[in-house]
Amino acid sequence: MATAQAELDQVFGALADPTRRAILTRLTEGDASVAQLTAPFTVSQPAISRHLKVLERAGLISRSRKATVRLSHLEAEPLREATAWLADYREYWEESYERLDALLAALQESNRTDTNGSSTGRSTS
Amino acid sequence: MSELKVTAEQGVPQVLTEREFDAPRELVYRAFTEPELLAQWLGPHGYTMKVDRYDLRDGGTWRYTHTDQEGNEYAFHGVFHGEPSPEGMVQTFEFEGAPGHVSMDTLMLEDHDGSTIVRTNTVFQSVEARDAMVEGGMAVGMSEGYEQLDELLNTSLKPRH
Repeated sequence: MATAQAELDQVFGALADPTRRAILTRLTEGDASVAQLTAPFTVSQPAISRHLKVLERAGLISRSRKATVRLSHLEAEPLREATAWLADYREYWEESYERLDALLAALQESNRTDTNGSSTGRSTS
Repeated sequence: MSELKVTAEQGVPQVLTEREFDAPRELVYRAFTEPELLAQWLGPHGYTMKVDRYDLRDGGTWRYTHTDQEGNEYAFHGVFHGEPSPEGMVQTFEFEGAPGHVSMDTLMLEDHDGSTIVRTNTVFQSVEARDAMVEGGMAVGMSEGYEQLDELLNTSLKPRH
């Protein structure tokens, strides 16, 4: 449990930085070299390399070598795990609120029927 | 379908939610406060919900039980604080499986021309307690709003379903 916690802390730490999130978004289009990843930013290549190290340590990317170029590759699984911690809470409320939607619609429908004078004998308050 | 927003900031023992409903506020308030209506929608999927008591007044107590398909019961109770009204209600919340671990919920219903925005504000005793409750044991630091993360996930990754 402590390990999983530490891993998630690293993931969230890595995601906290806008440049690193932009790098991840870029990698959704496909693997890229450091030079390619640096191009859209005003920061230096060494700075991008440091960001890549953080992302790699968090398991969010993997890196491979192709000839002399190091390619970065997006790893989706830690991202899914990182968002899973709130899933139970969210799921609880999402499911409940979907049932509430249906209930409210049914209550409004029965209100309409009542006020249309279909003689159900119940007054709407 | 309206989307549920959940906000849990790093280092703050609080969770905020927001959700819009296509119904007038009075009706939404009834669904939250009339036990027979509440029992029809609140709770996890596959559980039956029974409201044992719901004394809706300042100082009144409430208790409800979720029962799973194997018959395991999970009971919760708390106290209403202040006079509950469609503008809002404040109550404590305690899982009977973890006595003494209490959170405070503020429910706010906002009237928007026939639709209603439901906001909840839940304050826990500590960040650890919040994380234990929302996740079930794994404490996680969260520095960014979930929307950004959702955005990233939605633009890049197909959810596993």
